[in-house]
Amino acid sequence: MTTIWMDQLSILLPAILNGVTTGAVYALVALGLTLIYGVLHIINFAHGSLLMVALYGVYFLYALVGIDPYLAFPIVVPAMFALGYGLQRYVIGRAGHGKDENIMLVTLGLSIIIENLALFFWTSNTRTINTSYGFSTVDFGVAFIAVPKVVAFVGAVVIAGLLWQFMQRTDLGKAIRALAKEPRGAQLVGISTAHVYAMSFGIGIACLGAAACLLLPTYYASPHIGQAFVLIAFTIVVLGGMGSFVGALLGGLIIGVTESLGGLFLGESLGKIGIFLIFIAVLLLRPTGLFGQRA
Amino acid sequence: MSDKTRNIILDRRRFIAGSAAGGLVATGIIGMPHIARAATPVKIGIIHPVTGGVSYSGTQGRAGAMMAVDDINAAGGIKSLGGAKIEALLADAQSKADVGAAEVEKLNEAGVSAVVGGYASFICMATTQAAAKHGLPYIVDVGTDDRIIKAGLANTFRFSPGYGVFVETAVSALGQLNNAAGKPAKTAMIVHEDSAFGTGTAGLLAKQLPGIGIEVMEIMKHPTPNLDFNNIVLRIKAQKPDVVIPADYYNEYVLFARTMQQQKVRPKAIYSVLGGAASQYKFVKEFPEAAAYIMDCNHWYNPQKPAALELKKKTEAKGLFYTYEVFLNYEAVMLLADALERAASTDRAKITAALASSTWSGHFMPYGPTKFEGGQNTGARAVNLQVLDNDIKVILPPEFASAKPVFPMPA
Repeated sequence: MTTIWMDQLSILLPAILNGVTTGAVYALVALGLTLIYGVLHIINFAHGSLLMVALYGVYFLYALVGIDPYLAFPIVVPAMFALGYGLQRYVIGRAGHGKDENIMLVTLGLSIIIENLALFFWTSNTRTINTSYGFSTVDFGVAFIAVPKVVAFVGAVVIAGLLWQFMQRTDLGKAIRALAKEPRGAQLVGISTAHVYAMSFGIGIACLGAAACLLLPTYYASPHIGQAFVLIAFTIVVLGGMGSFVGALLGGLIIGVTESLGGLFLGESLGKIGIFLIFIAVLLLRPTGLFGQRA
Repeated sequence: MSDKTRNIILDRRRFIAGSAAGGLVATGIIGMPHIARAATPVKIGIIHPVTGGVSYSGTQGRAGAMMAVDDINAAGGIKSLGGAKIEALLADAQSKADVGAAEVEKLNEAGVSAVVGGYASFICMATTQAAAKHGLPYIVDVGTDDRIIKAGLANTFRFSPGYGVFVETAVSALGQLNNAAGKPAKTAMIVHEDSAFGTGTAGLLAKQLPGIGIEVMEIMKHPTPNLDFNNIVLRIKAQKPDVVIPADYYNEYVLFARTMQQQKVRPKAIYSVLGGAASQYKFVKEFPEAAAYIMDCNHWYNPQKPAALELKKKTEAKGLFYTYEVFLNYEAVMLLADALERAASTDRAKITAALASSTWSGHFMPYGPTKFEGGQNTGARAVNLQVLDNDIKVILPPEFASAKPVFPMPA
């Protein structure tokens, strides 16, 4: 009996650790989504396809120029920020005419356009990279965890912490929070709404750039990859509470572990069902999420 | 004077010159104007998943088919059709069944006489059905799911064996190996991809393994693509089966084997049935440690036939690995060429009839002359392979073996 328990434990702990590392990256994707929702009050349907663009960016930097995914950070993150800023300021903001439902449709349209362009130019091939450290492991005593997963976990937590500090301490962070709470009031005290909206969208998308750098050593790029992430990110945002930072982080970890345990006990094909059961349960029982303010 | 009229005049001049020469010179070169006139090429469709989840195999398959087309054309085309060249129309199924079917429709519109390829079972099931609607003869290159043949389509032919044959061969070989080693293997876990080929293969294995005294502890499936095998490997680690049996496509197989190595899981044998990577030189070359001692029951050429080794050289000269996708597609196109030769027609029904009555022995597989029953080449057989000394060796059947099996694998 004890040996069975030892066996169960010996696979349970590694599975949980694996889930936590994956969950941290999910959290990073969800952070961007929740920031954009919190400030602009729009659900960015293009979030997944923009993550896909970032993944391809990291992939091509590695495959064509030979830049390691982790060293691609200073290129991909600012590039994604610029893309996000430009998209909000010159496309989404303008085409939306200030109506939430318009903005939602614009982001949905953007995602379709981006994905199909990717399909056209880059084909539906799945692209992976093969780094020297891709299959090295760190021995945690109870489990061997792949080095890129450990890096992704640490990276995601550090970035989330930095973002939190940024929102608390800087003028821009305060302006973003002010705009999220009371747009009219923020305008009255002289905050440039168009600029701050675009900045928040840019920061949200920059998170995707960071996530892509952390993901690619263990993941892959393909034109439809974003869809898988956007559903998970929505679930995390709903679970954590719309617009809540802490909620997104915690939600990400919960979903990561749920997915990993689901895969372990129900199999890879059925394992993801746990995520969506949580999604439905939260909507039914606690629609504001764990840390959400009342709408 | 327009270019068009000039061409006609030039043609007429050339014609007159040709006839004059033909009248003067001996009968030995009467064939000449025949070739100069160039018979209408025979259009054939070559379909593979060259993008998407199984694109590596699809690309390899296309390369093999094209080498056959080039060889046929270089050797003077289809002689019974006046030396007609083969014109290959390439189609991409994008690793999706519905796209495959749509591509066959396009090939039909383009007026092909036959179609070769498909690669993955789930694609072949759709493409053979689409071809059947138009009476298009279709040669399945790999697609091992036996339901492709059991659908009973008169247009569908498969030169290589189905998974039924593979499972039977694999289970009996495993029984032999196990008995010879003093029965060290008593338990097994099966890992398979969750589409037609993997599910069907795993189902048959689970039924037949108890017959040789091996208990199946668990069957685990995963989608294609699947980018994390940690959970599956953890379950294997916990239950400690003697034998692990994978049946998946290339990328997943490599990732699975590498994760086994990463998590330091070492059963007595990794014994694959149609393992996507176990019989692939690419895998052996890139990840020799993960590949060492893996056994596989798979498609393989007869190493005693010089033509097989010649094609291997040619393939490697192109910078490609010599994989079963390459030689099976090469042979599938050659089989079609033989049928075209005998049909002496580009008519679909006549080609189908020629395929059905085929007794082709010009191939380099360990099969014997072709004999189709309900579309399946009944002489087709599987061989057992093992990765030894960073190479792929045939271990069974004895008449083709190039090495002795190592079982159980060294700890």
